[in-house]
Amino acid sequence: MYLTQEEEKILDGEKGDVLERMFRLLTRLGDIYGADKMIPIGSVQVAGVSYKSIGDPGTEFLEDMVSKGAKVKVLTYLNPAGMDLENWEKIGFPKDFAQNQLRIMNAFKSMGIVVTSTCTPYLAGNLPRFREHIAWSESSAVSFSNSVIGARTNREGGPSALAAAICGRTPNYGLHLWKNRQPTIKIKVDSKLEFSSDFGALGYFVGKQIKNKIPYFTGITDANTDQLKALGAAMAASGAVALYHVEGLTPEADLVEKKGLESINVTKKDLDETYKKLSSGKDPDVVILGCPHASLREISTLADKLKGKHLKKPIWICTSRVMKEAADRMGFTEIIEKAGGYIVADTCMVVSPIEQMGYKTTGVNSGKAANYLPGFCKQDVVFANIDKLIEGQL
Amino acid sequence: MKGRMISPGKVEGKAIVSPDPIGFYGGIDAKTGIVIEKDHPLEGQCVTDKILVFPCGKGSTVGSYVIYGLKKNGVAPKAIINKETETIVATGVILAGIPCVDHIDIGKINTGDTVIVDADHATVDLV
Repeated sequence: MYLTQEEEKILDGEKGDVLERMFRLLTRLGDIYGADKMIPIGSVQVAGVSYKSIGDPGTEFLEDMVSKGAKVKVLTYLNPAGMDLENWEKIGFPKDFAQNQLRIMNAFKSMGIVVTSTCTPYLAGNLPRFREHIAWSESSAVSFSNSVIGARTNREGGPSALAAAICGRTPNYGLHLWKNRQPTIKIKVDSKLEFSSDFGALGYFVGKQIKNKIPYFTGITDANTDQLKALGAAMAASGAVALYHVEGLTPEADLVEKKGLESINVTKKDLDETYKKLSSGKDPDVVILGCPHASLREISTLADKLKGKHLKKPIWICTSRVMKEAADRMGFTEIIEKAGGYIVADTCMVVSPIEQMGYKTTGVNSGKAANYLPGFCKQDVVFANIDKLIEGQL
Repeated sequence: MKGRMISPGKVEGKAIVSPDPIGFYGGIDAKTGIVIEKDHPLEGQCVTDKILVFPCGKGSTVGSYVIYGLKKNGVAPKAIINKETETIVATGVILAGIPCVDHIDIGKINTGDTVIVDADHATVDLV
C-alpha cells in the first residue's frame, strides 16, 4: 500500500506508541483487503460499547488506551451502551452492570469521543455528506449512511473504528470505491408497505435471500427516512447488506449500473410468511420499539397512540439522548410515562441485559430486533406492527 | 516456510496445534491462557508461551480484546501461526504486539515441534 512520508513516520513510531499500533492495525487490515492507500475520514462511529458485548477484556483494553494518552482526531460517536446512562436505576438495570458500563463511558470520554450512544448518529449531530468517507461500525448506521445519505463506509469492527478515529484515516477498499457500490441483484417489490414493520419484514426477507449482495429495489414508491432505516437495519441483520439502492428514493440509484441483473420478486405472501416466521411467542411481557433508535417522529406517533390510555404491560421506546430531550420538551415523554411506558435513551434491547430483568417474551416492530432477540437475549418474540403491539399491552 | 507478516517480531518456542478454528471470546480465558471452549480439540490446554497454530479465527469480534488481555495478563502465546488470519485475530495480535504469520501450510506443524517464527521476514521454520 502507498503511504505518505508522514504516514511512514507514524509506522516508524515517531509519533508515539499508541498511534503506531493503531496505524499498523489499519495498514495491515488494508493489506488484507487489498487497499491501495489510506484516505482521510470525516467522522467515526465506534461499536463495542455495551459491557454486555465487550466484557472485562474490552473494558481493560479501553482503560489501557486512555492511560497511554489515546485521543481521537475526528468527530466520533458511540454505538448504544448497555443501559440508559441517566435513568438506569429507575428502569431497573442491575447495579454491578451499571458500574462497569460507566467505567467504559469514562474511558471513551477521556479519548475525546462524544458519549452520545446511538445507532442513529445521523439523527443526533453526526451527519456525513454525500460521498464523504467515514468509518462507522453499527450495521444499520452503516447501511443508512451508505444508502440513504450516500456517504462511504465499510462495516468497521470496534477496534478498527477506534483506530480510524485515533488516526483520522481508513484504508481505501470495499465500499469506499465507486466500482464496489454497484448493485448486484434487483428486487421487485410487489406489495403495499404501510407500517415500519412492513419495511422490516421486507428487509429481513431480502437479507436472508441475498446475504451480502447489493440490492437495487424497484416498486417502493414512497418511504420516509424512518422506514428506510427499518428496511436497511433488517437487511443488515438477516444478511450482511451494507448498501442498498431504491429507484427514485436513494441518491446513488440514478448513478449506478443496473443492466443485466438477476431479479427477485417479493410479494405480500412473502411478507406475511416473514411475520409468521419471526413470531416465536405470544402475549409479550414487554414491547420494545426503537430498533434502530426512534426518531422524534416515531416517538410522537407513539405518544399520540398512548394518549389517555393505561398499559397493563410496559412499552419501551429506545432512542438517542438528543431525541429524548426533544421529546421531554414536547411533552411526549410525560404522555408515554403516564400511560405506563418508558422512553429509554442511550441503549437498546439487543445490547441491554433484558433477560436478567425477568422478561421472557418481547414484542417488537423491528425486523432487526426480531432477528437478534432470540439469540442475544434468550427472548421469544412477537413481531407485529405498532398498532397490534399496543393493543396487546392495554 | 514463507508466509505473510501480520504482526512483527521474532521468537522460538514449542508449537501447540489446533486443527479447528479458535474463537477467543468465550474460547480462551484471558486470565489463565487456558482453552475453555467446550469440546474444542484444545479444551483444558494452556497456550501461554507456546507458538499457537490454528487455521483461522472465528466468533465474536470481542476476541481481539481477549488476545490483547492475554498479553497484558502475561499469559499470551509467544506467536501465532495461521492458514489465513482474518480481521479478529489480526486486530488482536497487532494491538497486543504478538508476532503473527499467515499463509502457512499448518498441516506440516505438530504439537510439541520447536518452531522459529520470524514475522519480520514472514518465515516459519521447524528446528
